[in-house]
Amino acid sequence: MTRQTSLPGLRYAPQILTLLVVLGLSASLFPGFLNVEIANGRLYGSLIDILNRGAPVALLAIGMTLVIATKGIDLSVGAVMAICGAVAAATVTTTGSALQAVALALAVGLACGLWNGVLVAVAGIQPIIATLILMVAGRGIAQLITEGTILTFTNESLVFLGSGALLSMPTPILIWITAAALAMLLVRRTALGMLIEAIGINRRASTLSGVNSGILLVCVYMIAGLCAAVAGTIAAADIKGADANNAGLWLELDAILAVVIGGTSLLGGRFTLLGSMLGAMIIQSVNTSILISGFPPEFNLVIKALIIILILLIQSPALRARLKPVRRKQGQGETSILVKP
Amino acid sequence: MTFKTALAGATLLATLSLASTSAFALTVGFSQIGSESGWRAAETTLTKQQAEQRGVDLKFADAQQKQENQIKALRSFIAQGVDAILIAPVVATGWDAVLKEAKEAEIPVVLLDRMVDSDKDLYLTAVGSDLVHEGKVAGDWLVAEVKDKSCNVVELQGTTGSSPAIDRKNGFEQALAGHDNLKIIRSQTGDFTRTKGKEVMESFLKAEDGGKNICALYAHNDDMAVGAIQAIKEAGLQPGKDILVVSIDAVPDIFLALAAGEANATVELTPNMAGPAFDALDAFFKDGTQPAKFIQTESKLYTQADDPKKIYEEKKGLGY
Repeated sequence: MTRQTSLPGLRYAPQILTLLVVLGLSASLFPGFLNVEIANGRLYGSLIDILNRGAPVALLAIGMTLVIATKGIDLSVGAVMAICGAVAAATVTTTGSALQAVALALAVGLACGLWNGVLVAVAGIQPIIATLILMVAGRGIAQLITEGTILTFTNESLVFLGSGALLSMPTPILIWITAAALAMLLVRRTALGMLIEAIGINRRASTLSGVNSGILLVCVYMIAGLCAAVAGTIAAADIKGADANNAGLWLELDAILAVVIGGTSLLGGRFTLLGSMLGAMIIQSVNTSILISGFPPEFNLVIKALIIILILLIQSPALRARLKPVRRKQGQGETSILVKP
Repeated sequence: MTFKTALAGATLLATLSLASTSAFALTVGFSQIGSESGWRAAETTLTKQQAEQRGVDLKFADAQQKQENQIKALRSFIAQGVDAILIAPVVATGWDAVLKEAKEAEIPVVLLDRMVDSDKDLYLTAVGSDLVHEGKVAGDWLVAEVKDKSCNVVELQGTTGSSPAIDRKNGFEQALAGHDNLKIIRSQTGDFTRTKGKEVMESFLKAEDGGKNICALYAHNDDMAVGAIQAIKEAGLQPGKDILVVSIDAVPDIFLALAAGEANATVELTPNMAGPAFDALDAFFKDGTQPAKFIQTESKLYTQADDPKKIYEEKKGLGY
């Protein structure tokens, strides 16, 4: 699939540049920021924290990218995280089997995605409304499962998913990188990615040209549900407990932001998973930098907002066109692609 | 003979005490906010327990976080002619009309845990905890614990701008004032959650030389402390020894940490607001004693020496 006319690296230049600037700023303010050492048999340092703490948003962003590419949006992923974390915690406390807990949590995530997908694809409800239902109700469902308490567990294998380390790399990092790589292979080594983009650009046209858009849409929402389930399980394992009130709270918005920063248009169509992953890491770098900077917490959200505005301005095609009048023939972003039969 | 008199005496006493409770048997309406947190659930459980112990007939109404439900519940209590009303108001404003109705019906109202912005004459008394005092108790413990040693403290604040976060911070700073060996070197919000508590503590540890520079952690609630304890352990330090941990609330899980030696102290925000409320009502109905307008509950300090295992067992059944 030849998609890029220019150098592949150039497409991600704004994101990579932003990431380097954020990291560079933090490093200049706080000298030890870039240090990575091995402590307790695992890598230790702020850079590792960014990769580790960014895991939930990165995982959510994988599913969110695909959903947004179909011209949809999934607001329920934060609540699905809470549900799946609760399911994992409840299962492991009753059966004692981490394998069962994870399997059940993933199954519930898929079921939540199926619900969203059916509402969007079959019932024809607008995605923002269809997924809003589960966003609101999901946290209630999670609270029913945990009975309103923080459901704690001590199962070592399940805790390993959140705070363990394999080959001195924290497990959440390995999980999200593996998931992202698998998703990229799946959509780019098969025709799946192109079909998803086709639906996003014009669902009717793609249906007429033989794409089974209904099934495909349901599948995309199910992938988003599955990603949320993995994120929810990791979040619960990280604190050894399922916190139905707070797990994944507002993370759907961070995931959408990661996708947008990554360069995928909310209007659907062309998407980039790699960009979304970079976006997730940019958001987490900002978060971690604010924490380590020592500013009073009242400034946290203001600083974050300012940085995000700056990033989006840097990426704005209109603004760049104005700064550098003649650079490329074609504009960035939502260019149409041809769907070949 | 002596045995018989003793028995007779005991029977008489028993009858008397039964009579005395039935003479004061109250019907009390309780309008609870809802069950938005474990603490709230524990408050409901304890209120029901207290009522049962005292032979009070408690009429319970759950408002599901809505003021209109609470006002409805209060009106129905007044219509039923209860002897007294307990209410944990969901918001501070908008109570004047219904409180006046209760006053006209001569039903005393006791506020639990939260205050209202109404005229003080409209309610009998309010039972609650002093948040500033809680922070001060935590700070006093730390001051006494480290003595003259120099000590760098990191603070995990509650949700920025919330009154517990502001007050618990102030109280702690009051306790530290005048003790120059104790310094708060970092203070960030952990939003009262475990996840954020852990994440923020990780950054504190990185920023302060892997934690070697930190002598104590003060968290505005136990949940953040529980998260931070995990971060300290993962950084290869011993919470409770290398870094002292003091927090507020006294939820069951912190007692597990106390028992394991991973936390050092917690200040209780007691869910038993009903006990003092019933005491005040009893006195009021007995001889018309007017209680103070604010009854402050005890902010009890628990440490590792207080048999945390036992307290955990007592607390875990309360619905936290």
